[in-house]
Amino acid sequence: MSALAEGYPGAVAGGGHAQQLTEEPEHGPSKRIVVAYGFWIFLISDIILFSALFASYAVLTDATAGGPSGRDLFELPTVAIETACLLLSTVFCGIAGIGAQARRSGMYYGAMAATFVLGAIFVAIELHEFATLINAGAGPSRSGFLSAFFALIGCHGLHVSAGLLWLLTMMAQVYAKGFRADIQRRLLCFALFWHTLDIIWVALFSLVYLVGVAPR
Amino acid sequence: MKNSTKEPHGDVAPGDDLDPGDIPHAIGGYLVGLALATLLTCVSFYIAQSTLVWQPSIPIALSVLALAQMGVHLVFFLHITSGADSVNNVMALAFGLLIVALLVFGSLWIMTHLNHNVMPMERMMQMQR
Repeated sequence: MSALAEGYPGAVAGGGHAQQLTEEPEHGPSKRIVVAYGFWIFLISDIILFSALFASYAVLTDATAGGPSGRDLFELPTVAIETACLLLSTVFCGIAGIGAQARRSGMYYGAMAATFVLGAIFVAIELHEFATLINAGAGPSRSGFLSAFFALIGCHGLHVSAGLLWLLTMMAQVYAKGFRADIQRRLLCFALFWHTLDIIWVALFSLVYLVGVAPR
Repeated sequence: MKNSTKEPHGDVAPGDDLDPGDIPHAIGGYLVGLALATLLTCVSFYIAQSTLVWQPSIPIALSVLALAQMGVHLVFFLHITSGADSVNNVMALAFGLLIVALLVFGSLWIMTHLNHNVMPMERMMQMQR
C-alpha cells in the first residue's frame, strides 16, 4: 500500500458511494490522495531548490580563496551524531503516524515528543557547529566555498527548524481537535515533510561532509 | 481497515486506519528501514576514512551508497512503491529527479569546462608583465 495513494480511511470504505460528499467525492480520487499528491509536488520542488544550492556548492568546493577547506573544518563525529539524531527522529515520526492511525494518544504524543527532542538536538548541534566555524574566522564571507556551504547546510537547518514548529502545532491540533480526518491529513503531510528532510540530509552528509574529508 | 484484512502482510501506510493488533507489524517496517539505513550510513562513514576503497573512487562509492539509502528511505519511510496506486507520485518524482540531474550535472559540466578553458587570473597577470 502506498502512503500517498491509498484510500482515505475516514470516509466510507469503497469510496464510490460516499455519504460525506465534502470528504469523499463520488468520482475521482479521495481527498487524502489529492492532498498527499499536492504536497508531494511541493516536496519535489523543495528537492529541486536544494539541488540548485547543491550544484553551487559542488562548483565552489575548491574555491577556498586560500582559506580553510572542508578537510580542515569538518568534524565527522559531530556529523555522525547529527545523522543519528535525524535518522532516529524520522523513525519516531513514523511511529507517531502509526499511533495516530491506531488512535493511541500516548503512543502519538510520546513519539512526537521524541521526534521533537531529536530534531532539536540536531538543530542545536548545527548551530554550535556554525558558531564554532564563524568564531574560527571561517564564516560565510571567508570564501566562495564557505558561502555555498553555509547556504546549503543552513537552508536544511532552516527547514528542520520550521519542521519543529510544525511538529508542535500538530501536537496542539491533535490535543485540541482529536484524531479528526483533516488533522490526519495534515499529519500525513508533516510526516512526508520530515522524511524528505532526512533524505536531503543523506545527500548532505554523504556528499558534503564525507566526500569533503575523504582522502584524495 | 480493509487492507489489514485483505493483506495481513502488506505494507501499512500512514493515513490508513489501523487495528491495534497491527501496530507491531507497522512499527516493524520502520525498524527494518532503520536497520538498513544505519548499515548504509556506517558503511559510508567507514569507507570515507579508510583505505578499503581505491581513493579516487571514494566519492563515487559514497554517491552510490547515498542513492541506496535514499531508496531505503523512499520505500520504508515514505512508502513510495512500484504499485499501481503510486504511479502519479513516482512519475512526479522521476520528473523531479530529471531536473535535479540536469541542474547538478549540468552545472558541474559547464563549470569544469570553463575552468579548463578560461585562463586563471594569476597566469593572465604574469603574461601582462
